[in-house]
Amino acid sequence: MAKAHQKIQELSWEPQYHEPYMKYGTDYTFRKAAKKDPLKQVLRSYFPMQEEKDHRVYGASDGAIRGNMFRQVQERWLEWQKLFLSIIPLPEVSAARSMPMLFHVVPNPELHNGQAIQMIDEVRHSTIQQNLKRLYMNNYIDPAGFNNSLRNFHSDYCGTIGRQFAEGFITGDAITAASIYLTIVAETAFTNTLFVAMPAEAAANGDYLLPTVFHSVQSDESRHISNGYATLLMALSDEDNRQLLERDLRYAWWNNHRVVDAAIGTFIEYGTKDRRKDRESYAEMWRRWIYDDYYRSYLVPLEKYGLVIPHDLIEESWKQIWEKGYVHEVAQFFATGWLANYWRIDAMTDTDFEWFEYKYPGWYDKYGAWWENYNRLAVPNGHNPIVFEDVDYVYPARCWTCMVPCLVREDMVMADIDGVTRTYCHEVCRWTDVEAFRPTYQGRETPNMGRLVGHREWETLYHGWNWADVVSDMGFVRDDGKTMTAQPHLDLNPKKMWTLDHLRRCPPCGSPNVIINELDAAGKAAFLADYNKQGPAGRPAPASA
Amino acid sequence: MTTAQRPERSVPKPQFTDAEAGAQEFPDSGASARRYNYYKPAKRKQTHYEDVTVDVQPDPRHYLAQGWIYGFADGSRGYPLTWTKLKAWGVDKPEPENGVGTGNNHVEEWPAHGWHEFRDPNEEWEMTFYRYNANVVRQTTQNVENARQAKAFDNWTANWKTFVERNVGAWMHIEHILGLYVFAAINRSCPTNMHNTAMVVNSMHKIRFAQDLALYNLTLSEEIEGFDGTAHLDAWNNDAEWQGVRKVVEALTAVDDDWGEMAFATNVVFEPLIGELFRSNLVQQAAAGNGDFVTPTVIGAGEYDYSQRDLRWTQACFGPLTQDKEFAAYNKELMQGWLSHWVPLCLEAARALQPLWSQPDAKPPRFEDALDRAKSRFAGIVTELGLEPPKELSQ
Repeated sequence: MAKAHQKIQELSWEPQYHEPYMKYGTDYTFRKAAKKDPLKQVLRSYFPMQEEKDHRVYGASDGAIRGNMFRQVQERWLEWQKLFLSIIPLPEVSAARSMPMLFHVVPNPELHNGQAIQMIDEVRHSTIQQNLKRLYMNNYIDPAGFNNSLRNFHSDYCGTIGRQFAEGFITGDAITAASIYLTIVAETAFTNTLFVAMPAEAAANGDYLLPTVFHSVQSDESRHISNGYATLLMALSDEDNRQLLERDLRYAWWNNHRVVDAAIGTFIEYGTKDRRKDRESYAEMWRRWIYDDYYRSYLVPLEKYGLVIPHDLIEESWKQIWEKGYVHEVAQFFATGWLANYWRIDAMTDTDFEWFEYKYPGWYDKYGAWWENYNRLAVPNGHNPIVFEDVDYVYPARCWTCMVPCLVREDMVMADIDGVTRTYCHEVCRWTDVEAFRPTYQGRETPNMGRLVGHREWETLYHGWNWADVVSDMGFVRDDGKTMTAQPHLDLNPKKMWTLDHLRRCPPCGSPNVIINELDAAGKAAFLADYNKQGPAGRPAPASA
Repeated sequence: MTTAQRPERSVPKPQFTDAEAGAQEFPDSGASARRYNYYKPAKRKQTHYEDVTVDVQPDPRHYLAQGWIYGFADGSRGYPLTWTKLKAWGVDKPEPENGVGTGNNHVEEWPAHGWHEFRDPNEEWEMTFYRYNANVVRQTTQNVENARQAKAFDNWTANWKTFVERNVGAWMHIEHILGLYVFAAINRSCPTNMHNTAMVVNSMHKIRFAQDLALYNLTLSEEIEGFDGTAHLDAWNNDAEWQGVRKVVEALTAVDDDWGEMAFATNVVFEPLIGELFRSNLVQQAAAGNGDFVTPTVIGAGEYDYSQRDLRWTQACFGPLTQDKEFAAYNKELMQGWLSHWVPLCLEAARALQPLWSQPDAKPPRFEDALDRAKSRFAGIVTELGLEPPKELSQ
């Protein structure tokens, strides 16, 4: 194999007559970099190896259908897969598309070979995941939400949070996007929870297809991690890159934490029926897979190369998960907004409460009453969906950067950009928008850095709309034309399901951002002060405050 | 006698949930709900390939209410349709302007023809792709191994060895560059998931073929006494016969910001006029007469990639654009311009290859006949696309 790999290095190409067109730029430089490909993969061995992996996946799929795996699948779990499997194929195929952004900016022909193999890996991941979703759609009791997932994903506020994960790979400075954000942080750190921790939970909920597919995906990630590591070492050779590396590690770490921990944490903690006390919590999994395996074993050793590691942000992420209830706040928000979703969210029961209290002491005092209200209000019975009822919950403002709402209320900050007030879930998200994604950074010209753009607050698009019209516009309605795809319970009895008629009588959708921007300066300051005193669990600020 | 009690193992308990399809009736429990309902299939029935590729990538003109989330420094976002000069129906229509209270602002008859209606006729996705390429790898490996066992390389004529080490060797560089720096490179730029999947597959065909040739070259170095495994580098870098082709190949990587022109010029012009000229009309024709039945099997795998697969997606991609209900005339004029630019370059490079026809001991059919076949093949491809063979072809 070594001889074969050495031979194909003879294919490396230095142009003689025309330089390739440079479409994508970077502010990084690679003048002093040693050039090595750590991967040593040739396609002669790659294709049969991948085919063999496929055989195992499709054999397992066949077995699952013949054995009627769906007779024992927990609906609570599979409903969340409607969201997850909507999102994940796009980041995969975006990763495929990000690879050529590196060809021109990483002057290492040896490495291009590895990047090209990652490119086809990513197409593999995207289509194998779409295929898994197709299988669920065909064999699970409730196909709604799987069958329109890509349309839903494109227009729904949760999908858009996931989409920013994908667009982060393909836009802006090529090294920031395709190397630091994608391979060095997303793939090396966070696929551990995506593709290792989550499959274990799927299996515990009667679903052994997701583990089969996602472990097959994860087995490709070591190649991608090698690509990222090789590029990182090249970047470290050049002193001028340190400032950008430090910037990008902070942005990439924090953004991944905000988005991946929000989603996967919720799936694992609130999508499971497995409440064995010795089952690891998401916090425990995070500590093992991300803190120990990535931070302590991968990032910290890079300090010997002089790289400044964002220790403070890693500790702050842990604090968010362990002390500030980040995952619990996110799950509660998803459930508050169940009517804007396209999957069904099961209420937590006494068994769940006991487990949460055991794993996260103090959980019940913070979140228990709200979930009891959620359960009480789950079936339509003259009342409105929980978001409109008085359950001590203030609908949150949206974070302009990570697009997850500002759920840890004490951390919310604001900034005025181009005459508009934006809200951020945390100081690091403010820094990302106001300082990192700018044409200059700490006085240094960064002309290739991207921009945060788009209509980043979903609620604004529907400000003032009746909720029945919102849900119709998004297309989250079942085939009878009135029953909603989303439900705040798992009962498929049509008499227990919410319809557009129930929504018609609700108050209109309101955008916190529109409301904030209608305030004067003093009003905005008062809004911020009140917001920071709210919580936990979305509670209003104390009256005495 | 006592029996030791084993402690109960802590494992998730299987539960029967009755969550299989058909277990209950409710809105959306019918068979019609068990298909992806957000896209129109190209034919009557949705294909497996469509299910796993169509609409994975969003588009602000379709369902993407919140628009692109990240932008480049110059303001461009996502996958601008202007990253090729080709146009498909509706491309000049503005994207919906969403804002406060606009809702999704659905585009009912959104620009689809030519871009979003493109389907790869090879229907490539994960399963098909790995099966196909693994089979090619197995077949090629077996062929070469069998030849090695049978000492088949001993039968090569003296000059054929030199021909293979220099010229078949030189060809690996072309496949590698086109795979990596044309097709892989433009997979970022094209507008739909179906396009980029087709281009990634095309890219990997080429890179695999380049590596097949490199590893074949390695085997020959080990099996044939005096076979110079590095001669291909000298031929590629210095031989006059190859410098014209090299100029064209490098020019294909250097097209100024137009993924459409790169793919079109490579698969419509370069491949039939130079690729098939060399692979099919020289190597394949000459090998047997020179005692070589192995090289054609290696070359033939790559030739099949192009002629039976890569050309098919190319025709399905570019053909509809010459019949576009809004931009047919515009696209034809543009593509005719591309033909006028690339055909003379390729013909000049092809003619520079002529001395290769004289190198083997047993001569292949005449160069002029081979070039005529290549031209005829090219004219057929162009005509099928709804274009005119350019006057430059008669040079």
